Amino acid sequence: MLNIVYFAWVRERIGLPREKVETAAATVADLVAELIAREERYAVAFADISALRVAVDQELVGFDAPLAGVREVAFFPPMTGG
Amino acid sequence: MVVRLQEWAFDAGAELNRFSANVTSSKVNGAGAVVSFTGVVRDTDDRLIRMEIEHYPAMTGPAIEAMVDHATGCWGLAGALVIHRYGALEPGAPIMMVATAARHRADAFAAAEYLMDFLKSRAPFWKKEVTKQGATWVAARDDDEQALDRWT
Repeated sequence: MLNIVYFAWVRERIGLPREKVETAAATVADLVAELIAREERYAVAFADISALRVAVDQELVGFDAPLAGVREVAFFPPMTGG
Repeated sequence: MVVRLQEWAFDAGAELNRFSANVTSSKVNGAGAVVSFTGVVRDTDDRLIRMEIEHYPAMTGPAIEAMVDHATGCWGLAGALVIHRYGALEPGAPIMMVATAARHRADAFAAAEYLMDFLKSRAPFWKKEVTKQGATWVAARDDDEQALDRWT
């Protein structure tokens, strides 16, 4: 099982902060494609991937990052700290 | 090195005094320069009710500690302090502060700027402005992203 967490407007559009999914996705991009196919709210949240950032096991990565051995994937907009 | 994430407000002056006393008293570190920056919730046209800051608890601490480690090695810091708040913040309240100490000011200034640039765009915080007209997520700025380029 893979933990997926969402933050900021990604969380609001999908309507939940975290979920566990059973997936065979090889990369983050594959996982996004699976989620988009699932329900309209995912399609809305992931409509423009260039507006999103992703972290696997709390490290920022690109959408081509592999998911083998990964426990948690996080999707969020560009960060606005400071 | 001290990294603190907290919901409650802090007294930037008191924090800076404590930090300065620690880094300058040490015979080993011998800091001669202390630089600090404090970010405050801005309300330019009197419409902000509050700022809400969300973060990714499992990632925030490790990400900031990695930035501070890098800055400490790069500029030979005698000490560094990062405080960042999350949750609901009132207009005028402090959001975060950075303090750096080094033997000379150029290193202390550069390290503080580096930490600010990376905290803005690489620490997992998201700001939402709640106004009388509604709530909106603060969009990341292109020039904040471009500011990272000067450190590579």
